[in-house]
Amino acid sequence: MNPHSTYEALRHLADSWGLIAMFFVFAFLCAWPFRPGAKHSNDEAANLIFKDETDGE
Amino acid sequence: MQATLGRIGLWFAILLLAIMAIAGAQDGGFAIQMAIVGIAAFIALVATARAHDPLATKTGMFKLPDGPEVYDDAPVRWGVIATVFWGMAGFLVGVVIALQLTFPQLNLEPYLNFGRLRPLHTSAVIFAFGGNILIATSFYVVQRTCRAQLAFPKLARFVFWGYQLFIVLAATGYLLGITQSKEYAEPEWYVDWWLTAVWVAYLVVFVGTIVKRKEPHIYVANWFYLAFILTVAMLHVVNNIDLPVSVLGSKSYPLFAGVQGALVQWWYGHNAVGFFLTAGFLAMMYYFVPKQAGRPIYSYRLSIIHFWALIFLYIWAGPHHLHYTALPDWAQTLGMVFSVMLWMPSWGGMINGLMTLNGAWDKVRTDPIIRMLVMSVAFYGMSTFEGPMMSIKSVNSLSHYTDWTIGHVHSGALGWNGMISFAAVYFLTPRLWKRERLFSLRMVNWHFWLATAGIVFYAGSMWVAGITQGLMWREYGPDGYLVNSFVETVAALHPMYALRAIGGVLYLSGAVLMVINVWMTIKGRQREEAPMTNAPYDAELDRPIVSAPALAAQEA
Repeated sequence: MNPHSTYEALRHLADSWGLIAMFFVFAFLCAWPFRPGAKHSNDEAANLIFKDETDGE
Repeated sequence: MQATLGRIGLWFAILLLAIMAIAGAQDGGFAIQMAIVGIAAFIALVATARAHDPLATKTGMFKLPDGPEVYDDAPVRWGVIATVFWGMAGFLVGVVIALQLTFPQLNLEPYLNFGRLRPLHTSAVIFAFGGNILIATSFYVVQRTCRAQLAFPKLARFVFWGYQLFIVLAATGYLLGITQSKEYAEPEWYVDWWLTAVWVAYLVVFVGTIVKRKEPHIYVANWFYLAFILTVAMLHVVNNIDLPVSVLGSKSYPLFAGVQGALVQWWYGHNAVGFFLTAGFLAMMYYFVPKQAGRPIYSYRLSIIHFWALIFLYIWAGPHHLHYTALPDWAQTLGMVFSVMLWMPSWGGMINGLMTLNGAWDKVRTDPIIRMLVMSVAFYGMSTFEGPMMSIKSVNSLSHYTDWTIGHVHSGALGWNGMISFAAVYFLTPRLWKRERLFSLRMVNWHFWLATAGIVFYAGSMWVAGITQGLMWREYGPDGYLVNSFVETVAALHPMYALRAIGGVLYLSGAVLMVINVWMTIKGRQREEAPMTNAPYDAELDRPIVSAPALAAQEA
């Protein structure tokens, strides 16, 4: 494959399937904290920085 | 004993190599830089030898934590001191170059002219001041949120001291005229290699601490820190693929040339803003704002979306630095569109930070550290609105190459990065040195107002200067010729440059107060001062009402 057709192939991949795949990965990662039952673990994570206030340093 | 001897031998070998490099150096600058490496190796040698003395282990330069039951805070303490020190250096040089632009006579050839001092200023504030507070807070936060001691304590010490050597080599190199001339990537090849080694060690320490965590969840601040460390490693390596002319010389040439080189440079340059100055400092926001406010982050879900949106979008925004250049049009448009899209996660993050104060807004009045954090997040919001707007091609055609860009950068750097770093320093100092409180809260308040006034002067004057410049550059007369010569546009900006220097002096004087405050806090002093607020009390009115007619009757 010559450099020009490599460029063309990558560019076509980038604005078609590559873009779609990236979008769905992104959408999945953003939806993850909204999965059913995640509320409790979100709250726990948000509050974990306060656990060290009563013990030790 | 044997381990100490081995380490002394290692430092001695580095010292010898440095001396050999000085002897064979191809240029004077490289010889001086290697002399600095030699001096650093010698200091390390002496420190190692002294640390063997059992009496010196308590205070030594490489002091390890006392046991597994305490957090390893020595590198964090050094980091806070280094932050304050390099901050002062960087702000001072900033004021000097602002004055040089106002009064060109102040350019002292050749070492202290504007061209050499400007990268010294940018590197000192971004990499020395910003880098040290990032390393310090990341070591502090990752231990607290993982409930685990820092992994690889010796490597963590190498990260801190190695990073300081990187700063010294970079800074002295600029004054000696050693530069790659790439913005925010000025250090030459051998300094780049050194930073790569330090950065990989940093990654190992950080990931090692996360791996040995006792908390099941990895707090969102650590996600941002990790993204910052990983991405900066990738950007730094790719943008610095160079071939040195000689292994004993400072000069190198990049592998990428022309427009490809420009694109790689601004892919690096913009993501240095995106991941060094944004992701890393957002990690600080997600820890210090909730901690200082005493309330959990407004929405943990929003912080996750903020994270992924920033990661997926920022990396594409770089081409907006190359509008109307030889870069293909589609790439420019891509950079512009992604920059505009970045507005959404940025404001999501800003709202998340500010709404954390819901129900605790009174603290803005009573707690100057919270006020600094709020101002910082507000500036994050303002500059992440201004940036996407400036990346739009039609706006950029007015703003590009003008002082508007400088004003934008400083509203982000002084407002967002500076304020949150000061707040972190004030948060950390009493905790790290086990002091009851800061030396003076009122001085924090003064620091806040001096810095805020400084930013107003700076950003305001640069907006006016930039738009003046942009409009004068594009002004055509009826004869079809440009109306203004370049030097006329420079002369028109003189008052704005003077106002900018005033802003810089205000910002610097606020930082002087920080030095005094941190110094005194470490010494264990507490300033006698009135508290920031008191509920109003008037002794005169604090008594029962005696009915007035009765009094009148008595007198009569």
